[in-house]
This record gives sequence, C-alpha cells and structure tokens, in this order.
Amino acid sequence: MMKQFETVIGLEVHVELATKTKIFCSCSTEFGGEPNSHTCPVCTGMPGSLPVLNKRVVEHAIAVGLATNCKITQNCKFDRKNYFYPDNPQNYQISQLYLPICRDGWIEVETEDGGKKKVGIHEIHMEEDAGKLIHDEWGENSLVDFNRSGVPLIEIVSEPDMRSADEVIAYLEKLRLIIQYLGASDCKLQEGSMRADVNLSVREAGAEEFGTRTEMKNLNSFKAIRRAIEGERERQIDLIEAGEKVVQETRRWDDAKEYSYAMRSKEDAQDYRYFPEPDLTPVIISDEWLQEIRSRQPELRTEKLERYKKEFQIPEYDANIITSNKRLADIFEETTAICKNPKKVSNWLMVETMRLLKEHEMEPEQITFSPENLAKLIQLTDGRAINSSVAKEVFEKIFAEDIDPEVYVEENGLKTVSDDGALRSTVEKVIADNPQSVEDYHSGKKKAIGFLVGQTMKAMQGKADPAMVNQILAELLN
Amino acid sequence: MANIISDETIEYVGILAKLELDEEEKEQAKKDIGKMLDYIDKLNELDTSGVEPMSHVFPVHNVFREDVVANGDGREITLANAPEKKEDSFVVPRTI
Amino acid sequence: MSLMGLTAVSLGKKIKAGEVSAVEAVQEALASIHEKEEAVNSFVTVEKERALKRAGEVQKGIQDGTYTGALAGVPVAIKDNMCTKGVLTTCSSKILENYVPTFSSEAVLRLEKAGAVVLGKTNMDEFAMGSTTETSAYGATKNPWNTDHVPGGSSGGSCAAVAAEECSYALGSDTGGSIRQPSSFCGVTGMKPTYGTVSRYGLIAYGSSLDQIGPVAKDVTDCAVILETIAAHDKKDSTSVERKDYDFTSALKDDVKGMKIGIPKDYFGEGLDAEVREKVMAAAKALEAKGAVLEEFDLSLVEYAIPAYYVIACAEASSNLARFDGVKYGFRTEEYNGLHNMYKKTRSEGFGAEVKRRIMLGSFVLSSGYYDAYYLKALRTKALIKQAFDKAFSRYDMILAPAAPTTAPQLGKSLSDPIKMYLGDIYTISVNLAGLPGISLPCGKDSKGLPIGLQLIGNCFEEKKIIQAAYAFELTREYEHCPLAAGK
Ligand SMILES: [Mg+2]
Ligand SMILES: [Zn+2]
Repeated sequence: MMKQFETVIGLEVHVELATKTKIFCSCSTEFGGEPNSHTCPVCTGMPGSLPVLNKRVVEHAIAVGLATNCKITQNCKFDRKNYFYPDNPQNYQISQLYLPICRDGWIEVETEDGGKKKVGIHEIHMEEDAGKLIHDEWGENSLVDFNRSGVPLIEIVSEPDMRSADEVIAYLEKLRLIIQYLGASDCKLQEGSMRADVNLSVREAGAEEFGTRTEMKNLNSFKAIRRAIEGERERQIDLIEAGEKVVQETRRWDDAKEYSYAMRSKEDAQDYRYFPEPDLTPVIISDEWLQEIRSRQPELRTEKLERYKKEFQIPEYDANIITSNKRLADIFEETTAICKNPKKVSNWLMVETMRLLKEHEMEPEQITFSPENLAKLIQLTDGRAINSSVAKEVFEKIFAEDIDPEVYVEENGLKTVSDDGALRSTVEKVIADNPQSVEDYHSGKKKAIGFLVGQTMKAMQGKADPAMVNQILAELLN
Repeated sequence: MANIISDETIEYVGILAKLELDEEEKEQAKKDIGKMLDYIDKLNELDTSGVEPMSHVFPVHNVFREDVVANGDGREITLANAPEKKEDSFVVPRTI
Repeated sequence: MSLMGLTAVSLGKKIKAGEVSAVEAVQEALASIHEKEEAVNSFVTVEKERALKRAGEVQKGIQDGTYTGALAGVPVAIKDNMCTKGVLTTCSSKILENYVPTFSSEAVLRLEKAGAVVLGKTNMDEFAMGSTTETSAYGATKNPWNTDHVPGGSSGGSCAAVAAEECSYALGSDTGGSIRQPSSFCGVTGMKPTYGTVSRYGLIAYGSSLDQIGPVAKDVTDCAVILETIAAHDKKDSTSVERKDYDFTSALKDDVKGMKIGIPKDYFGEGLDAEVREKVMAAAKALEAKGAVLEEFDLSLVEYAIPAYYVIACAEASSNLARFDGVKYGFRTEEYNGLHNMYKKTRSEGFGAEVKRRIMLGSFVLSSGYYDAYYLKALRTKALIKQAFDKAFSRYDMILAPAAPTTAPQLGKSLSDPIKMYLGDIYTISVNLAGLPGISLPCGKDSKGLPIGLQLIGNCFEEKKIIQAAYAFELTREYEHCPLAAGK
C-alpha cells in the first residue's frame, strides 16, 4: 500500500510597513527613485553613523500584534544579526531575536471544506530591509542600490500549523486583509511589500514527530507559493521513498523553471551571532500606550461588514465581497460619501469593476480610478444625463484612465437627447420607415415596440433617454 | 592551555569574520585565542546565577524619531567614497 | 613661552584680548608640529591650509562677536576615529587609508561652533584597539617625555600632541582607558565622561556600549571647559543622555573639605609599581591635608573586569567592524576572485594583527554554542561590577586610584604578550563597564623621569565632584612641561 504523507508548513512573512521614513533614519521609503537617492550615512552604514528608531514602526507592529491576538512584549529590545552580504551595508541587520515585540498570537482562516482553523503566530518582530542587487546580465558584477535599505519590516513567524497550499493561501490572504485594514502596509506582493518564506516538511500520516524541514525563499506571488509548496512536497516525498534523507537547508524557488535549488555555500555559515544592539535603547510599552493604540485600531472587516449592512442597507453578499478587500471598501465608502447612493456604488463595484478586473487579470489594489469620478458618473446617470449603455462605456474609460466623466461626456457628445421635439421627429421617421412593425404592433404583437425603440436608439446613436422614447412611441402609435 | 583551538575552528571563525589568515597567522591566532579564552574562563569562578545580563548601563529607553522625511537626495554623499561605482550604484563582484 | 605651552583657556583669553590672533596661534601650532613630528609622530593628518584658512575666519568671527567662548581661535587636534567632514579619517588603519567622511562627528561640530580650529587628526591604536599606539598602520607615536617609550593608547597621538605642545588641547576616546592611561603616560590631564554625556555620533565605533569621547588637556580647567563645550544631548545618538548639569566649570573650586574618598585596596596590591603607588598615595595625602576624608575599602571583582571587557568589547567590535568590506568606502584589495574572496582579501590586507585578533575573538564568543558561556556571562559580570561600584558610591564621593599600574613601557615591549598588555588597563576598564566618569591627571614622575597619573573615579553623572577634587589637587603642584616641549 502507498504511504500517506502529510505536509507541515510554517511561514515567515515579511511585510513592509507603511511609514514615510525608514526605520532608523529620516530617508524616504518611497518606492522607485534613482539608485541610492533615498539614502544617508545611517542607512548605508557609514562609519560613525547611529540609528534612531521611528516611533511609527513600533506602533504599526503593535497594531498588527493586537489584531492577530498576540501578547505584546512590553519590554522589547533590538538585536544585531550578523552576516556578510553586499545588500546589507553594515554587514549586520538590526532585528529582534530575544525579545520580539509580539508573541503567541493566532488568526482564524477558512479551510477548503468551509470549516475554520486557527493558525498560530509564533512571533512578530521588527527589522530593517536590505538594499537591492541588480545583476549584470552577462557581466561579472552586481550593482548595489540602498534605497530599500532600512525600510521598516515586520516579520510574522507562524507556527507550523498549515497542511496544504490552500491553507497557506487562506492564511496569507487573511493576514493581508488584516494588515491592509490596519493601514500598516499595502501588502503588494508584486512590489515586494509582502513576501513569504515557506518552511516545509513532510511526515507519514499519523506520525507524531515533524520531519526535517527546508526553507524556501524568493516567493513573490500566490501562484509561485502554491507551485513551490507542491514542488517541494513532492521532492521531499521522493527522497523519503527512495530511502534518502531530507537535508535541512535554504532553497531558492525559481518560478520560471518551477524548481527550487539549494543555496549552499561554505561561505554562508548561517551562524548569525545575534547580540543586543548597543546603539539602541529598549522599547518599553506602557499599558497606557498599548491602550492608546488599541483605541485607535480602525474598524476591521467583520465590524465593517455589519456596518455596511446596517448603515447602507446593502445585501450581505455584496457587503461580503466589498469588504473582502480594503481597497474596494475604501473606494466604496469614499464614493458613497460623495454621491450618497450606496446601492449604485456597490453595483458598479460588484458588476463592472469586478468584470474589468477579471478581464485584465488585476488585483483590486491595482485600481487607479478615483472615487470622485465614479461618483460623478453615478450622478450623471441619476440625473438621466446619460443612459446606462453610455455609462458603461464611460466607466471603461474611467477604469482605464480615470477620466472626468462630465468632461468626457461633454466632449464626445454623449449626453442623452431629452429634447421632446428632436426625439418626436426621429420617432415619426422610424414609424414611417417601418410599417411592418407598426402593423405587427397594431395586430397585437406588443413586442414589436421593442424593435422600434431599438431603431430609434440606433438613429439617435444611443444617446436617447429610453423611457422618453417608449413614451413617445406609445403616444404616436395609439 | 586549557582551550585548544582547532584548525577547523580557526577556519570557521575566518568564514564568519571574513578574514583569511596565512599559515603563520593561523598558528598565532590559535595560540592567542586559546590563551585569551583561558583568561576569560576566569569568569567561571564567579557565581552569576540569578544575575540579569546588563547590556545598557542606564535605564534610558524609548528614544524615538518622528516619522517625518528630512533627508533629500543622498546619492552624492553615499557614493563619495565608493571604491567602484556605476550608474549611481556600488559595484561588487557578481553575487549570483 | 610658546603659545602652545599655554593652557587652552589662557590662549583663548589672549586671543580674545587681541594679544595674539587665532592665525598666529595656528601658525605656532603648525611650526611646533613641523618641528616635533619626526620625533613624536602624533598626527596621521595635518591640515595646514585648511587650519590657516579656518583660523582667519574664526579671527573675523571673534572680532564681529560670532565667537565669544573660551575656546574661540584655539587650535585643537582630533583623534582619528572621529569623523571630520572633508578631512581624511583613518582610525589609523589601512582599511580607511582613503576615507574622507561627508559629515563631522557631533563633538567636533560642537567645538567648531565654539570657534575651535582643527589642526588635524591624531594617531591612535588601529580602531582604538591597543594601549600603546603601536598598532597604528601609520607608525607608532612616541612618548614626548622619552621617545624610547610609548605614549600609551589608544589616544596616544592626542595625549602626545598635547604633551609635546603641538596643539593646545585634543579630543580622545576612551573604551577601556584609552584617554586616562595615555594621559597618565604623557603627563597630561584627560577625562572620560559618564557614558551618554558626549554624543557618539560620528565616532567610529569600537565597543559601542563602552566608547565615550573626552578631552585631553594641560589642566583640569581646560578639561572642564572642553567638556562643557562638547557635552550635550544629541537626538542622533539614542544612547545620549539628557542631563540637568552641563556647567562643569562651576566645579572648579579649591575645596575638598569633608569629601569622602574611597581607596580600593584591591587597586594597590600586586602588579602595582612601587613608585606609582608612592606618588598616588602622596596625592591622596595631599587631598587629605586639604580636608578630604580618606578610607580604604574592598571594591572586589577587580580581576574580572578585564576578561569581561574583552568579551564585550571584542564581540561588539567584530560586528562594528564588519562594515569595512571594500564595497562602500575605504580600501579594496587589488585582485580577487568573486565576492567572498574580495571580502576576505580586503579585510585581511586592510586590518592589522591586533584588530584581526579581536575580531576573531569577538566572532568566536558570539558564535553558536558559545554565546551564553561567554557573552552572557560577561554581561552578568558587568552587572555585578556595576553593583560593586554602586555600593562604593553609597559610601564615598569618589574613588581614588592609579590610572595605570606602571609608567610608560618601552617601545616594542608590549605587543608580544597581549594578556600582559591588557592587564595594564586594570584600573581603567571597569569604569567603562560601569559607564562611570574618570579623570587622570599628573601626580609626579618615576625615577626614569616618566609621568605618573592619578585617577579619580566618580559615580554616574558626578563629573563635578571629580573635577572639583582634581582641581584642588592640581593647585598643590606646578604643571611640568615635557623635555621635548621645553626644547631639551
Ligand atoms: Mg528576518
Ligand atoms: Zn537613510
């Protein structure tokens, strides 16, 4: 009989915090910029420079800890992690090992079978990001850019509580939602502001002991994470079934080749010689400070969902989808605040926005249109200035280029013609040109009016108010 | 000498510290570190059980900076002393 | 007498009174350096043009009222581990042979704000690791009292430059006695303030939890004035302490009546040179004669300070010095094969033997499996040493001790036996571990004519007590110019 194997997975998730400045200096954290433009003596490890901690970093870390049911370490400290690498300007990273800011938390995720499962959070610690290495395609050099060096990170270390790629994705999605809701990070996987390292081992079903685990790095999309987990699970099972041993090591996932390879070198001893960072003082978190942060915690998803149903009277199904993403929820609220029409806003998000996102393979985070323009569009349709088919066309433009719908409608002459005289003469012409349909109508085929409405709309290039067309037709035919 | 430092240890510490010693230096380092450790082992005479390790001498804590950008384009100062630079970046031997 | 033979405060007065100009003062300093450097080698870098230009600007500033302080126009030398914008800063190491910082250390900035004129950078033990200034990559500094002897270290260049009267005063740094011990060997007055008093921003770190910048000068008054100028809370240094009292000169009073001075018996035992003991005890008696109350006591734990220090300092150094890798600044080896080879060759060629020894030891004590046994043990020992001092200061206003067990050893006699060399720091090191202030000032000479230093150690933030006692003692004797300065 074939042996059954269970996969055991724990994650180390790095999240870039949404601060204006780096963790230990006053350089901007803005993404992009010329190489080394967002740098100073501190974040490039110049001799004599010293770090000073950004208070916002601590507050974001505490907020995430509270939202993930962690115990907050009220006397926490920083340590140095020593290793040589060119993206690490001091050749040590300021991180936390001995007294991380949060410990022993959990979040609840939904499993495939619709059940719920708690995934434990071992700890959350604060640390600094490294710089970026750019490799010459053919040359023998790499280039070092320290713009990202010193950008604040939290590393969220889970317990080995996950058993499948689906659970891992569910955990990551939940974590992302919580952090986005807190405003602690935008959690963009593509831009690297959320990154996961996967610790994975397999064991025979029912076994008590964990197997030997490997750590996989360089996973920058949910797809890559899923593939890496499946690939690594198979690789480990193959080894075990062939009577070989899994080696505890760090592996790098190459998503293009769908293969992970060991990052082994005599020069990476992986002995980080942590010791307390002497250039920083301890962070003492008083009960008052903790309470203050707790009271400032924004509304999280469940609360928001309830409020949407009550305050805006939108159906549970819609509220569920809109609150499933912080960006969608933000757009919803901002647009509603302007146009005061929650149902219409919800509708635009649920139908057209979702359709276009799917069509372009985009995430809601990538939405670029402004609530102002969506609100204007809704106001245009409410005031019957444009009809619904024109509105759809205009929305596509808003979605793509965030155009101002008022200006666009004006410039392209898309306004609904509601001038009675102009409509009446067009309708008269349509009646004259389509005697067969008129006869059909009079002989009881009431549906024939639909054809005549269509012909009128066509003649008006879609800009007629359909209700008026119907009204005039009915009048003239009878 | 109570602490005998092996060739492997010297090799290993060399990897951690990124130092490469020639044969003569290696022998000297083995002796020096061994002697220093013997000397340091004197600390074992002290009963330190129940004593909290002290990293900071004074109870200074919560030294923070506000989250306000104060630094502008730092390229010039950052690269001023670069042994080798290209395209506003530091040049190092290829890492992968 | 040469202008450089004056104390900084006296020279400052003359400049203020218009008797001499800041430019003339710098010219004399430069002439003195020109004359003595071959014999003493206290400087790594002398910035002649820059200093003259700066002196001219400062002179103008004094006349138009920009600079009003006691140190305006007075030439100063800076230890080469403090960053100086636009001026080579090497830490006396080959690995920083070409390093020109883009910013100045906070202490230097504060001096400049007070109108100081920086002459150049003084020699030191490489990265401040040593007690003789012989580990410099730019040659040893010699003791101006007898150039066959070392000046002490690691601030040997600063102390020798002050003693040789190449500058009016200097800044040094003290991690385990690096200001007080060479001050003692060179017959000058040097002070290590309470940890956190002077900003470490711009000081190239050796042992971050122990390093402090302090003054090296000809007398206690200068030290108090310099400290008053450089001490301040600095937001750029998280370990900088916000103090209530920066008025150190208010302690310059000839009054020790009723002061309780503890004399640790364990500092006067085996290993202490008889002549040093005699002169230091005589100094204690002089203070007693002025009304101080002396009492012998057991400080305890003295023999554990050095091993604890070497674990902590080397561990921190191994990490602090990791940044010197040939990527961002400083020396990079000529030929290499790949990244790790570049690192190793750069660092092996760039660092000297003592620095490598301490980096290796530091890396070892932090490595997997040894951290608890060595590093944590040392931090626990440090806590006990701190407790021992707390107990002493509950009974005494200050502690009186030698600054070093001997006078300056001969050149070339110390480096072969590191542990013996380390033992020379036995009276200064625990002060750094406990973060305390200490001052060293001349109290006589041995039969070879080499200076002996008296050390006064205060409780944290009690610089004023030791300044007051040191000042009172200083008034009992004359300042003695070294033979080289006196032109003999
Ligand atoms: Mg980490
Ligand atoms: Zn910076």
